[in-house]
Amino acid sequence: MTAITSTQGSAYARITGLGSYRPGRTVTNEEICQFIESSDEWIQERTGIVSRQWAGENETVIDMATAAAERALADAGITGADLGAIIISTVSSRVVTPSVAAVVADRVGSRAAAFDISAACAGFSYGLAIAEGLLRTGVGAHVLVIGAEKLSDFTDLHDRGTAFLFADGAGAVVVSASDEPGLGPVQWGSDGSAADVITSIPLRPVRTSEPTTSDHGPFLIMQGQSVFRWAVGEMTTVVADALAAAGITASDLDCFIPHQANNRITDALVKYLDLPESVIVARDIVHMGNTSAASIPLAMDALRAEGTLPSGGLALVIGFGAGLVWSAQVIRIP
Amino acid sequence: MTQQEVLEGLAVICNEIAGVDTAAVALDKSFVDDLDIDSLSMVEVVMACEDKFGVKIPDDKVQGLKTVGDAVTYIVDNA
Repeated sequence: MTAITSTQGSAYARITGLGSYRPGRTVTNEEICQFIESSDEWIQERTGIVSRQWAGENETVIDMATAAAERALADAGITGADLGAIIISTVSSRVVTPSVAAVVADRVGSRAAAFDISAACAGFSYGLAIAEGLLRTGVGAHVLVIGAEKLSDFTDLHDRGTAFLFADGAGAVVVSASDEPGLGPVQWGSDGSAADVITSIPLRPVRTSEPTTSDHGPFLIMQGQSVFRWAVGEMTTVVADALAAAGITASDLDCFIPHQANNRITDALVKYLDLPESVIVARDIVHMGNTSAASIPLAMDALRAEGTLPSGGLALVIGFGAGLVWSAQVIRIP
Repeated sequence: MTQQEVLEGLAVICNEIAGVDTAAVALDKSFVDDLDIDSLSMVEVVMACEDKFGVKIPDDKVQGLKTVGDAVTYIVDNA
């Protein structure tokens, strides 16, 4: 039998660059309340959201992902040509194909392997885990992981349960080969038995004799109370497992950066995890809304901009959402 | 468990989760309208009841628990 050659990569991986992009249009709760019977007070009480950012009409997921990518590459001190792979988590591309990642790769000057993943609000953490795996198998020295969403395109502004929730933005990190562990073991999984809890209105079938009765897009739909119960009930265990897998305790953490789903979920997680008061908790949702896969790197970059992200410290990131899927790991802050 | 025991336990839960005065938690009170417990806090109350009373309260039953009395009856019947 003829042997084939394989490769072995780096022993470990760590985040070496961070960047984000916040689209320019600020949308207040008052503006949302033009479409639904609600109030600024009601929205703030149930979500923590004061305002959110929306992309321009012609601004795409690709544009936002590219902007975040360029900032992360600059932060890491590398160029697109140095990348071994590009992974983008998104659920809001307007086209089924090509991938967002292939186009973004070209825009940042890369011909590396590039692909999108579909893991909704857990996508950024999934991406970190995949990047680490790729670096360990020797695809190169750096992998770019991006979360980018234009959820305003998929938001039903007349749905009282979600109109105020979703927003747009992109965040990116460079994950690089490392001599020391910079990413703890991922704790991830899925439960498709609850796939209907967060989903979207199916695309209109192409082969149909029925006339279309609405011009609805594939809007996101969500059973909010069920999602809340699942997130609060199950994600505390996932966080505890991620801490244990990394060999640390909550008191070793500098930051807790959960997916910015709803401030009430974050409040409950902090309470049930009994996090020490010294742990900085990301609250980017207040001015960004829920940006799905983009929310964790956006929140991380917001903490850095505020001067409260301790470089070299430890953060716990956890994403959870439609699938259902979840993913968490401890990270060394770049 | 007696109705009174469940009521007292539920009052403590409502106090811990939503800061409601335990004396205000009476059988005829509505969680939303009288006790100002919103839908998300109600989910936490339900989860705490499951832990405390060893009862399963599925999502589709939560909607039907409008008053403290509804919850107490459900828990007494199903615990």
